[in-house]
Amino acid sequence: MTMIDCVENRLLTSRRGLLLGGASFAAWAYLPKFARAADGRDPRLVVVILRGALDGLSTVAPIGDPDYAGLHGSIALTADGTHPAIMLDSFFALHPAMPEFSRMYREMHAAVIHAVATPYRDRSHFDGQDVLESGYAGPGRVQSGWLNRALEALPRGERVSSGLAVGPTTPLVLRGNAPTVGWAPVALPQADDDTAMRLVELYRHRDPVLATALSQGLQLDKAASGDDMKPKRGNAAAQMRQVARGAAKLMAADDGPRIAALTFDGWDTHANEGGPVGPLAFLLGGLDGALAEFENGLGARWRDAVVVVATEFGRTARINGTDGTDHGTGTIALLAGGAVKGGRVISDWPGLKLANLHEGRDLKPTTDLRSVIKGVLQGQFGLSDRVLAEAVFPDSVAARPMKGLVA
Amino acid sequence: MARDSQAALVALNRFGFGARGGASGDLINAASDPRGFVKAELARPHGVLLEAPGLQSTPQLGQAVFAYQDQVKQAREAAKAAAEAPSTQAPADQKPALRRNLSLNAAAAEVAGQMADARPADHAAKPEAMQPNAAAPPAAKPAPQPLNVIQKTFRAEALARLQRATLADCGFTERLVVFWSNHFCISASKGELARIWAGAFEREAIRPHVLGCFADMLRAAEQHPAMLFFLDNQQSLGPDSRAGQNRKRGLNENLAREIMELHTLGVGGGYTQDDVTSLARIITGWTFAGRQGQLGVPGSFVFNVNAHQPGSQILLGKTYAQAGLAQGEAALADIARHASTANFIATKLVRHFVADDPPPTLVARLRDIFVKTDGDLKALAMALVDSDEAWKAPLTKMRSPYDFLVASGRLLARVPEDPGTYLNNLNLLGQPLWSPAGPNGFPDTSAAWAAPEGMKLRLDIAAQMGARLGNNIDPLDLLEFAAADAASIETRRTIERAESRQQALALLLMSPEMQRR
Repeated sequence: MTMIDCVENRLLTSRRGLLLGGASFAAWAYLPKFARAADGRDPRLVVVILRGALDGLSTVAPIGDPDYAGLHGSIALTADGTHPAIMLDSFFALHPAMPEFSRMYREMHAAVIHAVATPYRDRSHFDGQDVLESGYAGPGRVQSGWLNRALEALPRGERVSSGLAVGPTTPLVLRGNAPTVGWAPVALPQADDDTAMRLVELYRHRDPVLATALSQGLQLDKAASGDDMKPKRGNAAAQMRQVARGAAKLMAADDGPRIAALTFDGWDTHANEGGPVGPLAFLLGGLDGALAEFENGLGARWRDAVVVVATEFGRTARINGTDGTDHGTGTIALLAGGAVKGGRVISDWPGLKLANLHEGRDLKPTTDLRSVIKGVLQGQFGLSDRVLAEAVFPDSVAARPMKGLVA
Repeated sequence: MARDSQAALVALNRFGFGARGGASGDLINAASDPRGFVKAELARPHGVLLEAPGLQSTPQLGQAVFAYQDQVKQAREAAKAAAEAPSTQAPADQKPALRRNLSLNAAAAEVAGQMADARPADHAAKPEAMQPNAAAPPAAKPAPQPLNVIQKTFRAEALARLQRATLADCGFTERLVVFWSNHFCISASKGELARIWAGAFEREAIRPHVLGCFADMLRAAEQHPAMLFFLDNQQSLGPDSRAGQNRKRGLNENLAREIMELHTLGVGGGYTQDDVTSLARIITGWTFAGRQGQLGVPGSFVFNVNAHQPGSQILLGKTYAQAGLAQGEAALADIARHASTANFIATKLVRHFVADDPPPTLVARLRDIFVKTDGDLKALAMALVDSDEAWKAPLTKMRSPYDFLVASGRLLARVPEDPGTYLNNLNLLGQPLWSPAGPNGFPDTSAAWAAPEGMKLRLDIAAQMGARLGNNIDPLDLLEFAAADAASIETRRTIERAESRQQALALLLMSPEMQRR
């Protein structure tokens, strides 16, 4: 139909018609004059926020912990079987959907920090994301994000000039006084599977007529009955790769942004999370692909790059009655990039015995996520302890920067 | 005073355009005095008029189209002449190819510096100032075409209407405008004149009478150049008129038929084919002045006596012996007061506002009021708000795409600055602004708007809004603004449990509380 062609055509020429699916990208508008320019490094930093709370125990599984298999039950990863997890050391194993990260890890350019959390200890996505992105110790502070405040502390150089357009949204982590730019790939607007499923579920309780109509519209009849959970809509994995590819290309340019933030949605795996295969595996494959896109797209610049992957909180250690996991606390952070001192799982492992679980249900956080991020910011840009503890992460003196993350 | 959130939903959603977010207090005000909240707008009939800087009258807009068409024509002729002339300047192998690729519009642009748009909709969103260059990952964007006067006008009219709907207190009168505008619809897709006139038609023929008299609205609508153009009456010639005898063309019954079938009596309203023919003859000569201005100011309504069928006509059993324009005006005045018209309008109003299957008692009450008051539309609107049926009927009506988009904008407290996104989304959702597929306008039943494809697209658009705007909102606050304690526990939980604010906003906008009215 010509009307749709027309609309698509419009989308190509219109920033406002764009939707990024579950991903968005924004970057700093200036080339920083880094303190470390003296040694020829041209550092780049990408922050990837996973919204919805990633199950760290399913992504980097503590297979060596005697309680893990029992708690994670039907979705637990194993070192053998048809889809064996990839052993990172004698204790931790990586999800089989992440071969690229596994390779980077072997090449010593990827690291895992396990049992981390922000200071937030409740279980609201909104508040948890506010804390993660704002860098404040508690929720309710949404004026600016820690990455933006870190940028403010950097000497400002030339304005980025690689023709960026304003993206659909700037994530909180990058909002604030320091000017930013954004870019969004042209994508046909499609709601993701997870959102569609939630809406169908609401309609089934409140509005059966709309439930039927929407289910038919989504062709989710089979998925809605729970026997086929394969994502069919706006392919989230492909979108993650696409956004990463575009962002990497922009960042690789000599006059491109050096610091960027992306968000990927869809990690709230309450039901039918899946183990080595399934919905979470599908998303992790997308994340893995996105990391590979950064590596390829940054080319020679990958050498000086760090990608930080973080999420608002973890999920319950024990699976729930619908083969998923509920909101938890401790989880993982991932680092990837040529500048990462990798090949390590960094963790003060708390153990999964009931007595060791946070509130008897969650992986207990033993590392403050702010320490990890501070360590990366310090390693990449030379920000001082004081700036990090006062401006970037206010009132965070106790969360000391983790040393030795960056080569 | 007791607060009734459920009644507030009826006041805001059934009658209005939904609660505004921010500090409007709409829901609380509506809950405190639901009927008073709706009726407040009825006390301000002049508030229905829409005047915005830059919006022009129908004759001015008609002249702008004529001038634009002349420019395009000149450009085409210039291009043709250039193509036929032996070329001494450009290499021979290049120039003809270039010319072949020159569309009419490009040729026009060369001369007039404007670009026509042959596509069905002029809805491109305003390009942003910053654009990726060729080095950026997305494909380099084609340079945005400058909008021609028709597109500019359409967008300005759309923006004025959207802003009014977004800013209105309750939005009841704006909903009435949309209802009547759709009742007497024209379609912008008919042609350039219809497109440039679509907004002016509503401002000039509909708005002044929304709280006035039906007979006045009927006359204003049928005499408006946009309607005469849309339903071909400007081509209709009385067979025995001076022009009809000189030419091969004759009567066109299109407008006469739709007046009776769609605007007044309704199907089965007691008219015959002979009545259609009679009315068509009666309104021959109702036209508008063309570019030459021989009959009057170009683009204005005129009565062309040379096209008018002379003599008396029998319509619905009554003889109309008046001469000229008065004959048609007398006929319309009678049709406007016909019992079938009273029934048709009452049924349609109740179906639109209350239920697909309109409560017969309420229809009968409105019909009686229509008859008693000689079609006083304010009295009709008042009776609707005063009826218990309208407050008791469950909120089962589906919001039309336009209602849904406006309600979303209101809840997000975002005053549109550019109509592009709205126009695009209306196209996607099957309700292109002022452009219904036929003279019967857009459908008014829930089934039409709750179709599978439509629901899927609505969700995509809601997700888009969530992605763009969810960053800065508290979804639970918005739920409070939208429905307060009338929100179902399931809706509240769904929003509370969303994995992000963006997703929460999409789910809120798609919730039954936001989709039904």
